[in-house]
Amino acid sequence: MTASPLPRVRRHHALVRLTHWLNAIVLTGMIASGLQIYGAFRHFGTTMTRLPVPNPFDGYTFPEAVRLGGWLAGGLNWHFALAWPLVITGLTYLGFLIATGQWRELLFRPGDVRPAIEMQLYYLRLRKEHPPQGKHNALQKGAYTFIVALGAISVLSGFAIYKPVQLHWLTSLFGGFELARYWHFVAVWLFIAFTLVHVSAVLLADRASLPSMITGWYRGRFPSHD
Amino acid sequence: MTSLDRRDFLRLGIVAGPAALVAGCGWDGGPLVKSKLATMSRLNDWVGENILQSSKRLAKVYQVSARSTAMPAYHISREMPTLDVAKPWALQVGGEVKAPAALTLEMLQQLPRVTYTVKHHCVEGWTAVATWTGVPFSAVAALVQPTDRARYARFDSFDSDYYNGWDLASAMHPQTILAYAFNDRALMPDHGAPLRLYSPIKLGYKLTKYLTRVTFTSSRPGGYWEDQGYPWLGGI
Repeated sequence: MTASPLPRVRRHHALVRLTHWLNAIVLTGMIASGLQIYGAFRHFGTTMTRLPVPNPFDGYTFPEAVRLGGWLAGGLNWHFALAWPLVITGLTYLGFLIATGQWRELLFRPGDVRPAIEMQLYYLRLRKEHPPQGKHNALQKGAYTFIVALGAISVLSGFAIYKPVQLHWLTSLFGGFELARYWHFVAVWLFIAFTLVHVSAVLLADRASLPSMITGWYRGRFPSHD
Repeated sequence: MTSLDRRDFLRLGIVAGPAALVAGCGWDGGPLVKSKLATMSRLNDWVGENILQSSKRLAKVYQVSARSTAMPAYHISREMPTLDVAKPWALQVGGEVKAPAALTLEMLQQLPRVTYTVKHHCVEGWTAVATWTGVPFSAVAALVQPTDRARYARFDSFDSDYYNGWDLASAMHPQTILAYAFNDRALMPDHGAPLRLYSPIKLGYKLTKYLTRVTFTSSRPGGYWEDQGYPWLGGI
């Protein structure tokens, strides 16, 4: 190994790394089985009345390669089985953030709006210098707060369409069964969009963050924290 | 070198995990995975029955004006199952009961009557609002007096071998009825004439049409779709 001028810092706790990768795998399975389930009724609304909501996938059958379960019952069984590790992983991660106080570094607050804009300008090459940052910059905070909220919305809208009678209050919160089913589907595309941005940012802006999510050690451009 | 190898190995694992999962798509999982999924499905049934289900919770009732213009209808037989007019029909109610009975449509219509306009939820994801009229299952149960051993109800039909098994709590729910009318008219063959099971607290595949027999049982009956992998409880 050649000597590096960059310091090596401890970045991610083992629990964060474990839940991160578990979540990546489980979420892949949730989306694939969800697309299988969607195939049984490829619209939003009742039988005759379509909801006036945009859906580029209306009537579309997703290719077999991105579906999990083989048929509706298989898709449902995968989906309802994977919901357990999804929720458990999510709650473990949130519990960890709360117990350690690390949520403070991740929660996007009103004060982060301005730094987030500066960061965006930097990424768009409209600003030359990288704005100063701690463990995470404001844009990252926004992204990580968004993804936790998205996870919560996915799980809650999932329960809303799983038990629309028993949990009718939750279903109503999402605007009724048909709309809850739509929000559940929109969440999929937001997850996919997030993943694309997230992976691109890692590869383009800070490659050292990838090994740090595996080994826990970070040796890169932004070692200021810890 | 060792740390590099380990890193590569970890990277491979991270890529291989989801890739293996994706490669498995379209595949039902094989017998091993299928049995694990079935176990998880039973766990979800248990949670659904014991934690997420209240026998007092009533499904929302709609105005007649909210009715859907269409209500899809399915049967598993090649032809629409219709009653043989030459043979008189009666619902056989038996099993774990003190007073088994054979109830004709006329007798059923003498019993307490419930009419409601509710939302139908199909497992496929569509919904439709319609009006159903029939006798509460609990009224039929009161007639035949289930024994203490009765924990489930099995519903058989003349639509080939279509049948369902229900938890008794859902069957005894005030909105669970044996329906003989749909949207103010006598039930037609497409919706399961002469009598079908109906409830807004279960998915459509649990609502046996073309009823022939109700059996109270102590052990859990399966179901036509449930035996093939659909969630057994089907409660919503």
